[in-house]
Amino acid sequence: MTANILEVTNLSVEFETFGGTVQAVRGVSFAVEAGKTLAIVGESGCGKSVTVQSVMGIIPMPPGKITSGSAKVKGEEILGLTAIEANRYRGVEIGMIFQDPMTSLNPSMTIGNQIAETLVVHRGKSHSEALAMAIKLLDRTHIPEASKRARQYPFEFSGGMLQRAMIAQSLACNPSLLIADEPTTALDVTIQEQILELLTELQRTEGMSILLITHDLAVVARMADQVAVMYAGQIIERGSLDDIFYRSAHPYTLGLKSAMPSNTGRGDKRLQPIPGSPPDLFSPPQGCGYAARCPQAMQICKRKLPVLTEDPGDSGHLSRCWLQHKDAPDVEELYQPLKLKGTSSAH
Amino acid sequence: MLIRTNNLKKHFSLGKGQILHAVDGVSLEIAQNEILGLVGESGSGKSTFGKTLIGLHPRTGGQAYFDDIPLPANFSARDHLHYSQLMQMIFQDPYSSLNPRMTILDIIGEGLEIQGKLNKTDIKEQVSYWLRRVGLHSDHMSRYPHEFSGGQRQRIGIARSMIIAPKFVVCDEPISALDVSVQAQVVNLLEELKQTLGLTLLFIAHDLSMVRYVSDRMVVMYLGTLVESGPSDQVFYNPKHPYTQLLIESNPEPDPNIERQRKHKPITGEVTSPINIGPGCRFADRCPQAMEHCLTVTPNATQVAEQHSVSCHLYTD
Repeated sequence: MTANILEVTNLSVEFETFGGTVQAVRGVSFAVEAGKTLAIVGESGCGKSVTVQSVMGIIPMPPGKITSGSAKVKGEEILGLTAIEANRYRGVEIGMIFQDPMTSLNPSMTIGNQIAETLVVHRGKSHSEALAMAIKLLDRTHIPEASKRARQYPFEFSGGMLQRAMIAQSLACNPSLLIADEPTTALDVTIQEQILELLTELQRTEGMSILLITHDLAVVARMADQVAVMYAGQIIERGSLDDIFYRSAHPYTLGLKSAMPSNTGRGDKRLQPIPGSPPDLFSPPQGCGYAARCPQAMQICKRKLPVLTEDPGDSGHLSRCWLQHKDAPDVEELYQPLKLKGTSSAH
Repeated sequence: MLIRTNNLKKHFSLGKGQILHAVDGVSLEIAQNEILGLVGESGSGKSTFGKTLIGLHPRTGGQAYFDDIPLPANFSARDHLHYSQLMQMIFQDPYSSLNPRMTILDIIGEGLEIQGKLNKTDIKEQVSYWLRRVGLHSDHMSRYPHEFSGGQRQRIGIARSMIIAPKFVVCDEPISALDVSVQAQVVNLLEELKQTLGLTLLFIAHDLSMVRYVSDRMVVMYLGTLVESGPSDQVFYNPKHPYTQLLIESNPEPDPNIERQRKHKPITGEVTSPINIGPGCRFADRCPQAMEHCLTVTPNATQVAEQHSVSCHLYTD
């Protein structure tokens, strides 16, 4: 059994707004293994970014509020720490890169100084020492002419180069976990490939774990070892990469897959859109969040929230769906492709 | 051919003698009732091409024809009025392309109002019809854009351009801002409108898989020029131009087994600046197969298969 770098258990996050309380994250649990990549997939508003921002302690509180749960880095609780305590792990044990490198870096500071700042704050280096290390870091993320580039400002960098610079900054303290929140969404596909290749390379050489947040199943297929699918603030399916792609257990996961064009079959299957839109998290439905859009929805789905159920024949593959419940046999024939081999309750 | 361009150019002057060659000699044809996919990375000039084609930017050079009638290089107000009844556009960002202070009725009905052929009741009826046609409710017309989700707004944008009954529609990244589950809704709607109304579409996007799925033919643009054009499946599965090849190799598949087998050798470098471009192939500085004369001689389009042509010196004698 490999050790877990990050363990999140039953995390719930709310936001107080004028319109009421948004239950953005509702009881999310997952773990990131050492040296492995966990991808959290989901569409906009499903709570995937709020989840990792809560772990990093960077959601604004108020209006945000972590109402329950724990997050442990190498066994040490990190939720509810003060800002100063949090700095022991934030940027040190866990590095983070964001979707939009243009707005995530300080436009009035040179790239070199921004990376050096991390080292001055967390490692107590002198400025000149830190700057020299910053140039090495830029070099490690394959930025050509690193010493010249370190003296430039963000506006002088292209989007792909900025993302490299941000990766360099997040690597400054040799984190054991890198959180990448939609790292390539703003980039073109050729630049995306460069950045994904860089992350794969760094994972190999540094042995760090990656927690990848994305909406793109193709990026997941390219990068992940483990996958968690989120919908309406909850993880609705979790398992290995192959579990999620080849043995999908939740109707939402299946729905996502059939809504995307595939280039492998060559036969042009018509895309199957998922009708409707995600539920309002101001007042989440009492039953399954997906029930209103689910083609397989049953009576119970609208009334009662399904539990995360593990497939005993396929350990570590969990899905939050009533179709997996042992008392849902009547529909077994009808929903054969969805039904796992057997069922028992876990978590 | 419903749409034809010949060496279409759009340059922007940046002052101090600097010229940005956004679109630099694009020749293509779009047949009646065809969806032509236009792919390219940001800065390749694909949106500028679409906008220049329908007169939203004045043209710098070349010709454009609608149904064999030459389009003016610089649209006058009267030209806009005339051609906006034939050619329409659907924009990328469903948030910024709808006026937040107008009701849905005013937004969708504005085109008909400008035409001045119908009275208010008839316009309302048309708006109601189109709202239902794109999968919304007719009582949505008294609402404002902020009350709708991204996918719904995009459908409002589609209704706005379709109500005019245009012959040709430029769809500029119509699904890029949408979630996966909603993208399929919009794509299927466009497909259905093409079938039932006999529409002709220019589908601009950077999502290769989606362009292959949607379009009959596709063209690939790089730094203001076309590098390859042909039937979608042929370009996608049998790309000829080194740039198209690298583009398709970089395009990840939502299938772990394929990704595990894929050899990852990312394209090096980045798109060069389109300012004051010299002669030669524009991809030469990043091309793994570049030859000496690629840097000096601009390649012409060469036919490599039926309807499939490539602008690359590897295919010229």
